[in-house]
Amino acid sequence: MSILGTRVVRNEDPELLTKGGTYTDDLIDERLDGAAHLIFVRSPVAHARILSIDTSEALKLPGVVAVYTAADVDLPIINPPMPMFNQDMTQTPLASDKVRYVGEPVAIVVCDDPYIREDAAELVEVEYDILPAVIGMPNAAKDEVLLWESVGTNTVVDFGTPDDLDPNLFDDCEVVVSHLIQNQRIHPAPMESRSGAASWPEGERLTAWIPSQGAQGAKAALAAQLGIDAAEVHVLTPDVGGAFGARFGADVEMVLTAWVAGKLHRPMRWSETRYENLLAMTHGRAQEQRVTIGGSRDGNMKKYRLEVLADCGAYPKIGGILPSLTRLMTPGTYVFDKAESIAKAVVTNTTPIGAYRGAGRPEATAAIERAVDIFAAEIGMDPADVRRKNLVPKFTEPHLTAFGALYDSGDYETALNKALEAANYEDLRKEQQLRRERGDAKQLGIGMSSYVEITGAGSESGDPNENATVEVHPDGTVTILTGTSPHGQGHATAWAMMASDTLGIGIDKITVIHGDTDLIPKGGGTGGSRSLQQGGMAVQKASIELVDIARTRAAELLEANEADLQFNIDDSGFSVAGVPSSTVTLAKLAEKERLFINAVFAAPGATFPFGAHLAVVEVDVETGKATLERIFCVDDAGVVMNPLLFDGQRHGGIAQGAAQAFLEEFIYDEDGNPLTASFADYPFLSATEVPSFDLVSMVTPTTYNPMGVKGVGEAGTIGATPAVQNAVVDAVSHLGVRHIDMPTSPRVVWEAIEAARSNSNSNGKVA
Amino acid sequence: MIPAPFDYVRATSAEHILELMAQHGDEAKLLAGGHSLLPMMKVRLASPTVLIDIASVPELSYVKVDGDDLVIGATTSHATVANSDLIQADAPLLSYAAAQIGDPQIRHRGTIGGSLAHSDPAADLPMTLVALDGTFELLGPSGTRSVKAEDFFIGYFETALEHDEIISAVRVPRRPGVGWGYEKFTRRANDWAIVGIATVAGRVAMANMGSIPARPVATEQALAGGQGIAEAAALAADGIEPAGDMHATTAYRQHLARVLTRRALETAASRNQA
Amino acid sequence: MQVQITVNKKPRTDEVEPRQLLVHYLRDTAGLKATNVGCDTTSCGACTVLLDGVSVKSCTVLTAQADGGTVVTVEGLGGTADGGQMHPVQSAFREEHGLQCGFCTPGMVMASVGLLSENPNPTEHEVREGLEGNYCRCTGYHNILRAVLLAAQSPDAGKPEAQVSA
Ligand SMILES: Cc1cc2nc3c(=O)[nH]c(=O)nc-3n(C[C@H](O)[C@H](O)[C@H](O)COP(=O)(O)OP(=O)(O)OC[C@H]3O[C@@H](n4cnc5c(N)ncnc54)[C@H](O)[C@@H]3O)c2cc1C
Ligand code: FES
Ligand code: FES
Repeated sequence: MSILGTRVVRNEDPELLTKGGTYTDDLIDERLDGAAHLIFVRSPVAHARILSIDTSEALKLPGVVAVYTAADVDLPIINPPMPMFNQDMTQTPLASDKVRYVGEPVAIVVCDDPYIREDAAELVEVEYDILPAVIGMPNAAKDEVLLWESVGTNTVVDFGTPDDLDPNLFDDCEVVVSHLIQNQRIHPAPMESRSGAASWPEGERLTAWIPSQGAQGAKAALAAQLGIDAAEVHVLTPDVGGAFGARFGADVEMVLTAWVAGKLHRPMRWSETRYENLLAMTHGRAQEQRVTIGGSRDGNMKKYRLEVLADCGAYPKIGGILPSLTRLMTPGTYVFDKAESIAKAVVTNTTPIGAYRGAGRPEATAAIERAVDIFAAEIGMDPADVRRKNLVPKFTEPHLTAFGALYDSGDYETALNKALEAANYEDLRKEQQLRRERGDAKQLGIGMSSYVEITGAGSESGDPNENATVEVHPDGTVTILTGTSPHGQGHATAWAMMASDTLGIGIDKITVIHGDTDLIPKGGGTGGSRSLQQGGMAVQKASIELVDIARTRAAELLEANEADLQFNIDDSGFSVAGVPSSTVTLAKLAEKERLFINAVFAAPGATFPFGAHLAVVEVDVETGKATLERIFCVDDAGVVMNPLLFDGQRHGGIAQGAAQAFLEEFIYDEDGNPLTASFADYPFLSATEVPSFDLVSMVTPTTYNPMGVKGVGEAGTIGATPAVQNAVVDAVSHLGVRHIDMPTSPRVVWEAIEAARSNSNSNGKVA
Repeated sequence: MIPAPFDYVRATSAEHILELMAQHGDEAKLLAGGHSLLPMMKVRLASPTVLIDIASVPELSYVKVDGDDLVIGATTSHATVANSDLIQADAPLLSYAAAQIGDPQIRHRGTIGGSLAHSDPAADLPMTLVALDGTFELLGPSGTRSVKAEDFFIGYFETALEHDEIISAVRVPRRPGVGWGYEKFTRRANDWAIVGIATVAGRVAMANMGSIPARPVATEQALAGGQGIAEAAALAADGIEPAGDMHATTAYRQHLARVLTRRALETAASRNQA
Repeated sequence: MQVQITVNKKPRTDEVEPRQLLVHYLRDTAGLKATNVGCDTTSCGACTVLLDGVSVKSCTVLTAQADGGTVVTVEGLGGTADGGQMHPVQSAFREEHGLQCGFCTPGMVMASVGLLSENPNPTEHEVREGLEGNYCRCTGYHNILRAVLLAAQSPDAGKPEAQVSA
């Protein structure tokens, strides 16, 4: 029986459980012997001109090795990463003339002893001339206060303009509803804060340890930002304590760690506090959306418009491109006569926005799924019925949307029906009705979402491909080199399973190596749920090709015809048909000559996993507190390779999705001061805020790879968020509430109930 | 994050604590469980130059019966208060409240005396001791004096403790079978109260409804005057103007106070066997 | 100042700064790197170890406070000094996939051992409450809960020295 598709516990766990991972801060490596420790002095203000920096007191503290400011740093300017962005919004590695967000690095202090870092940083005196802060996307779009006066605008990029919108779009609609929706700013919050280490002895290459989602991309970014040839850089990826999209490339702190290591020719270590992490690791989401949806009273949705205003934070990063992904997924799983979308991205005096689990797609799903519910409420129809009426019918041949997305395969209605069935939807509605009639304090809310998303869109080169090297050793062990970069996903187990299935060698004999740019020069890393469908497929392809090479060698050795050779998976070797004694194993074949191959798997395109979630919440209408009771999730990401890992990815995503709907928000006051810069204030979800999750299986294979797999890493944050949000609104919809922005915290829910009550009272109705 | 440098001394007896306090004066701070002080020192909101560790002074950690009272030593941990059979039997409100603090690790370290001395208006124990009509024993160079819980809390992080005094013990009346109610409103189970209510025997105290544990006088009077729970609870925010913050506006806190007071009083009534 | 602490059954005597946090003593002085730091505010539990038999957040305990005490880290479970042997809780975490990136794991495992030592047969709800001071970003807690419930089937899962029979 094939190991693929079975539940296999992880190879990486014994080490992680008994000795702990080797995260960057844990590294013991002779290249780092005698390392000094960096700390960054960060801006305490959101927007200001730097008048002066006095480093003299810090330099006097025993144990301080050096202090650097922008004037000392001879590195290239950092340009906005996409050509379509406003290219004048440039950044210097350390703030030079201006600071543009709280947490921006202003100076570097280098210390012998990590215990004096904070003492020393406190001694650097920076004088600021405070400027008004630009907080909130609509404010930024007004261009009244500018982050770059010389640029003349706060707009980073426009994807379409209001002129592109059809003024008659909704003319044929009986019902048109429109709402402003906040997709709030959140923090990726991996449990490991950022850190880095670098060794750059005089006349030698730079070695940099970067906890990233892809060493090869980090290497390219590091070389570019240091202004050196990539051949001069060796990047290693230690264990990574979670990433969630926020660890691609090389952050300025890492670039500067390497720069100081080169300047002082002394190894450097950097690790940040959680406070710094919350301020300076890229944030996610942060869109303000206007949705307008029109159709007929019998539930036919005809037209949809999505207008997005996206926050880039203080410097345009990957966050500027995410609204284009949101646009791409505008219509979700539905058929519209016409849908249209425009987006604008602006800078504000806040932490830069980057990718966060789902990166642009959750925002699209959140918008359309709220819009559908608002439409359903307007016409008084069950939201499940409205959805069923308008879903794209099942398709097996790729389906091209008006926005240019080519959905590979899908059956959205079955997914929705499975979720409804698993939840006993009709019974839930009855229970809800009973509670409403009784006027219970705890009302029931039922919310659903139907989603489709994009996975495996790109790689290092932009094309959906990945490489792997597989080698069988004479002792019967196997080494796999992969261009993907796991940080919790379990590739050491999964890729071993892929190879084992083809080579007939046990997974305990297979070692998977990633994150070393000398050993593995090419690789697209792990993100966008690409790993299995490209990296895993590359391992399979390499394994198959390896058996082919081995066959040729075996034929020679056994003096037989290749066609007469049989590969016996149980023995990991060949035998000659009809001559049972004539056999040779792969390991044996590796004795004479190394037996290895590198293969690239190229997919024809991105895949579009889909699913439906149904959340059941209780809302205490007296206090506004909502709690998640159950969540039923159908996530169809094609064929399942290892259900243990597959479901683990779903669980984590569902929790993060629910956390966005209920709790999480990174908040600034109007002056740009962060109010949630610690784990005491940033409401990280704990075990008490979630139930166990009800996972429902559904498998619709893709034809884009031999196994039929798609990506599942982001399903949870795409499907769960709107389901939970819709459920909270649904719980209080009988009180006249139509929409509640996320996070649906108790105060917000209570205020929505109060507003609806006073509204209906002033309309002469009784609440 | 790490604290600024300081010296550390471990006290061996109550007397030794007083000596060390006299010796080091205002520069020194007492360290009990350290779960309010050390977090503040790590972010450098506090930088004492000497810490006097009182956690292992044997005579400050105990739970005992003294006539009509229960007496609890100052360095008794939240976990011990939560799990003590004596307290569960005679002052169940107190053990329940202690079990609501933070998380298990915090309850293993944090102490009753430390929490009360810290006087955080959002904390669980200050309002609980006010509701219980507890008394604190304050030990100073001239001996021990007793202060009623409701007179002890003066303002945000401010108490009736003199600079040379420590809390040595906490005294609460034994009331087996008397109904009690406790409502801690949080976003997450491990959070501090957005609003908290503790009630027993017709007394009500509230957390995070001002700079000290608030007493809804109008509610208590209404109850004493024989009014129903709903009517009395509707008065719970009368004359009380808590500050607004990220989690709650003033109006929302007042609303929560009314709802939670009603619920706490209802629970207390349903539990009453006395 | 000088401290004497027994770490994973080995008595040690070390010279430390009074302000040193126990987590840094374990990581830097004793060289046991499994225990992690995930926050500044005593919120996340990544640093959880057993001190004198109960779970504590070692980022909020001074090494000085632990003087004379006994510490067990995840490396010391299963009766070893520095990892290698599986304890029932560790083995249950593997079996139920209660870890992904592994960063929260040492603290989560120690909090679980502490929980089971106080409550050997917890309900689902008690496990969730018992782990409320330990954050995990990867697992959604679903499988952590299952792991602790599975471990609870082993009678001595609350004892740090318990071993899984091979
Ligand atoms: C993450 C986190 C969450 C928390 N959540 C809650 C919560 O939900 N509810 C809650 O109520 N508390 C909460 N706490 C606080 C916790 O209860 C603390 O343990 C308590 O507030 C302080 O007790 P301690 O023994 O740790 O005091 P320490 O931190 O040692 O001392 C606190 C202050 O009191 C002084 N002091 C200590 N003992 C005495 C004494 N005997 N006499 C005079 N002065 C003394 C100290 O000098 C110091 O100024 C939380 C703490 C943390 C870190
Ligand atoms: S590091 Fe100790 S609780 Fe977060
Ligand atoms: S396994 Fe990654 S934080 Fe828990």
